[in-house]
Amino acid sequence: MNNRIINWFKFASPQTFYPLAGKMIPWFWALTALFGIAGLYIGFFVAPTDAQQGEGYRIIFIHVPASWMSMFIYLVMAFWAALGLGFNTRLSGMMASALAPTGALMAFLSLWTGALWGKPMWGTWWVWDARLTSELILFFLYIGFIALQSAIDDPRRADKAGAVLALVGVVNIPIIYFSVKWWNTLHQGASVSLTRSPSMAQTMLWGMLLMALAFWMYSIAVSLARVRAIILERERHAGWVADLEEVRS
Amino acid sequence: MKPRHKRFALIGGALAVLGIAAALVLNAFQSNLVFFFTPTQIAAGEAPKGKTFRIGGLVKDGSLQRQSDGLTVQFVVTDTAKEFTVAYTGILPDLFREGKGVVAQGKLGENGLFTASEVLAKHDENYMPPEAQHAVDEAHKAARTVKQ
Repeated sequence: MNNRIINWFKFASPQTFYPLAGKMIPWFWALTALFGIAGLYIGFFVAPTDAQQGEGYRIIFIHVPASWMSMFIYLVMAFWAALGLGFNTRLSGMMASALAPTGALMAFLSLWTGALWGKPMWGTWWVWDARLTSELILFFLYIGFIALQSAIDDPRRADKAGAVLALVGVVNIPIIYFSVKWWNTLHQGASVSLTRSPSMAQTMLWGMLLMALAFWMYSIAVSLARVRAIILERERHAGWVADLEEVRS
Repeated sequence: MKPRHKRFALIGGALAVLGIAAALVLNAFQSNLVFFFTPTQIAAGEAPKGKTFRIGGLVKDGSLQRQSDGLTVQFVVTDTAKEFTVAYTGILPDLFREGKGVVAQGKLGENGLFTASEVLAKHDENYMPPEAQHAVDEAHKAARTVKQ
């Protein structure tokens, strides 16, 4: 292979990825704290009250980032699943299984905070409209992925089965995102989108974007920590694992 | 073609087929996926007759009437083209306002009166502080006086 381009396959080896992930984790935790504190401060002390909803709207500083993450993590998970199926790399499957619990947590947070907001604002905890139902399906997809993987003893076969499920479920992501556009739903349309300027006050938007960054950093940090644990577990018979400082001591 | 290229082609093909299948299914169930019907759709006879369904639209400005018992209300739901009068007994949600979105579940009577068993407020995607809302209202008022 040409020397001038980075050999990405080098990082596909658990042996090189394990120490690299270990070095990156503290940085991502620091960034999580930084963005999280800034975002919460703006969200709770700087951002103005909403004209319609009063203080109740502040749930968006958790709800919107959690919903975005729940969809985005699924896409990343499906990406690793496809790589794993195509290249037959071990690390890809491990990445997919490391992401699933965080994705499930985000989907749950999104549904739960949404219900808390929905009761006072809409007048109901839950309705079966397209947005809420498709997000619930996403939550079940994560749970199903985790359950399927842990039901199969052989990790390589578990990865393959999980990858197929993850790829089938990816159809749901555009459905969630566009549900408020395609059908009449109780859930409001997107306040922030790529195609037009956001329909919310500046400071509110800043708080929300900072919180979204904090959720990103958190998700990366916690997934890297989880993938390290999975690497150790699956490669426990490999020589390089036995030579690790933390394993020897 | 290397085996891994073949595998990727297979994954891509399977995803494309799945996507098309999902699109067709969603298209077929289009009418079952709508959460509410707009007044125009109801006037055109698209809503199920004699059954419970939801009507959605804006609460017409100045149409809200409270009965003396304090719980029974009547208001007009409009999509600016067609409108229906909705009667409801119960507590209205916090965000229920004239000129704002609403979704009501109930039955359409012979006389064209929609009797609701549940009323939900539909929030829009705009988030703004009270001062900004005030400024917007003033601007609307100014625009209206200029027109007249």
